[in-house]
Amino acid sequence: MGETLIELRNITKSYGSVYALGGVNFSVERGEVVGLIGDNGAGKSTLIKILAGVVKPTSGEILVRGEPVSGWNAARSRDAGIETVFQDRALAVQQTIVRNIFMGRELTGFLGWLKVGKEVSEASRLMREIGFTSKVFTPKSIVGQLSGGERQGVAIARAIYKQAELIVLDEPTTALSLTETAKVFHFVRQVRASGRSILFIGHNIHHVFDIADRFVVLDRGKVALTANKRDVKSADQLINFMESVAHPGGLPGLEGAASSEHATQ
Amino acid sequence: MSNIAESDRQGGLSTAKAAERDWRHPSERPLRAFILDNRAALGTLGVFVVMMAAFMIANPVVFTTWNLYSSVLTTLPVALFVVVPLVFVVTSGEIDLSFPATMGFASWVFALVVQAGYSPFLGILAALATGIVLGFLVGTLVVYAGLSSLIATLGMNFLLRGLIQIINEGKSTALVTLSQSWAYTIFSSQVFGIPVQIFWAIAFVIFAALLFNRHQFGAQVKIVGDNPDSAKQMGIDVNWVRVKVFVFVGIGAAIAGTFSTMINFTWWPTAGDGYLLPVLASVFVGGTPTWGGVGTVIGGAIGALTVSFIQTGVVAAGLSGFYVQFFNGLIIILSLLGHRWNQARYR
Repeated sequence: MGETLIELRNITKSYGSVYALGGVNFSVERGEVVGLIGDNGAGKSTLIKILAGVVKPTSGEILVRGEPVSGWNAARSRDAGIETVFQDRALAVQQTIVRNIFMGRELTGFLGWLKVGKEVSEASRLMREIGFTSKVFTPKSIVGQLSGGERQGVAIARAIYKQAELIVLDEPTTALSLTETAKVFHFVRQVRASGRSILFIGHNIHHVFDIADRFVVLDRGKVALTANKRDVKSADQLINFMESVAHPGGLPGLEGAASSEHATQ
Repeated sequence: MSNIAESDRQGGLSTAKAAERDWRHPSERPLRAFILDNRAALGTLGVFVVMMAAFMIANPVVFTTWNLYSSVLTTLPVALFVVVPLVFVVTSGEIDLSFPATMGFASWVFALVVQAGYSPFLGILAALATGIVLGFLVGTLVVYAGLSSLIATLGMNFLLRGLIQIINEGKSTALVTLSQSWAYTIFSSQVFGIPVQIFWAIAFVIFAALLFNRHQFGAQVKIVGDNPDSAKQMGIDVNWVRVKVFVFVGIGAAIAGTFSTMINFTWWPTAGDGYLLPVLASVFVGGTPTWGGVGTVIGGAIGALTVSFIQTGVVAAGLSGFYVQFFNGLIIILSLLGHRWNQARYR
């Protein structure tokens, strides 16, 4: 694919004697959707927090566009263009779409007065960019009137406004119906088409399977599998693999793709 | 099974399409958009109109005399200067019960400066500075010490009022030179029989409404009251926004206290005390809900107008003064019921 946007090399994270991550290697290319799958406790959230810079890894290296970055923290993460959208606490639901998109970065002119017209037109441009077009909602609609999928769209539009290169979506479809999930997928595809990358996190393989170009399966703090979409026949195959990881006993058809460290266990 | 889901989805889609075709967005109907944007304020206006109509039907003649309105217009501005900043406080998810003492404290400083023979303008500046300092003090106490604003500001109200009482030992200060001053003419005289302070109060309300709806400060106050976690994540200094809101109350209380002293030519150690409950009632009668994130400045102003007219209206309608409290309560309860029906709460 294109240039490597971000790469994690041998990242470990231990809380006391407990290892949450035990040497994770993992990268995201420009313009791809990576699906990060793993059971509860697999280390997904630790990995997200490390990417966002709010948790420091115990050891390992983080490279942005091939360059190692020292002293990784939240500011470095933001500078690298990583924006995390948390599932439920991201939006102020009693405010308008405009106010949410420009939250903390209001477009102001003289003495802090808002440039309302400019904000509205910029917000509609962002909404169009991610394919969030509706006759029902305008940038001045209240977020609380939107459905769950549409709310994810607002959060994604905000991340794009913040010049994000990699948008991390934390379980974006977990609580959503089929139609709402389809909306989120639509936004994600639009974002990918604009050359940005998405890290799509979920524990429901069926959700992640449809949207991702590449899968990273995390298990007990290690990458158990990295596979391109074209190498995986179906979601069921991935599920079988994950079951085989949980209950070792071999997996037909995917041995080659499985990472060697796991095959030896 | 997938067929069922598929047909279900298509059924949903076709009804959704029909709804979309029939739907016309509020922005295509300016009047409708205006009503939707100002639901709470318009509801409050409705309460005011109904209440006034009831009073007028009871005694139409009294309500044609200008004196009745003139008396309300003299005291209403004082309330407006504190009701409006309190809308900001409640919207940010906090409450401030210390404003009566701040009113008393700031106007005390004003009285001291005037009594010492300095210009009342200097007195006003000193009062404003006092209001800012006290607001900052209360704000930092609540925000950085992590105290409940309900209890901490109640405590500050007693504390500051107590200080005033200890030092003044209950003695008031008469400001005899005030009536000849320029400041009095500008801020407290009458133009064509209309008390001039109402114009200052209206200007303040309009400024605050713009601050609330068209300024970064108002935008951040609403976001902080709505979802502080999200605000923090997006880089808003949540604590500082909260402190600024308390400073704004301090400023409003200082102006209110000074105006009330100028109206009476006298400063009392109890100055501001009587405003606590009517002002709080005005904010909520005005349609600002208690849960934070939303509020209405114009609604709060109309709420203050409503509350100010209850006492005058009850007496003018021919009822005895004993009915005032009953009607106060009735209006508050009916307004809250009305707002609950009128305003949806989004979660």
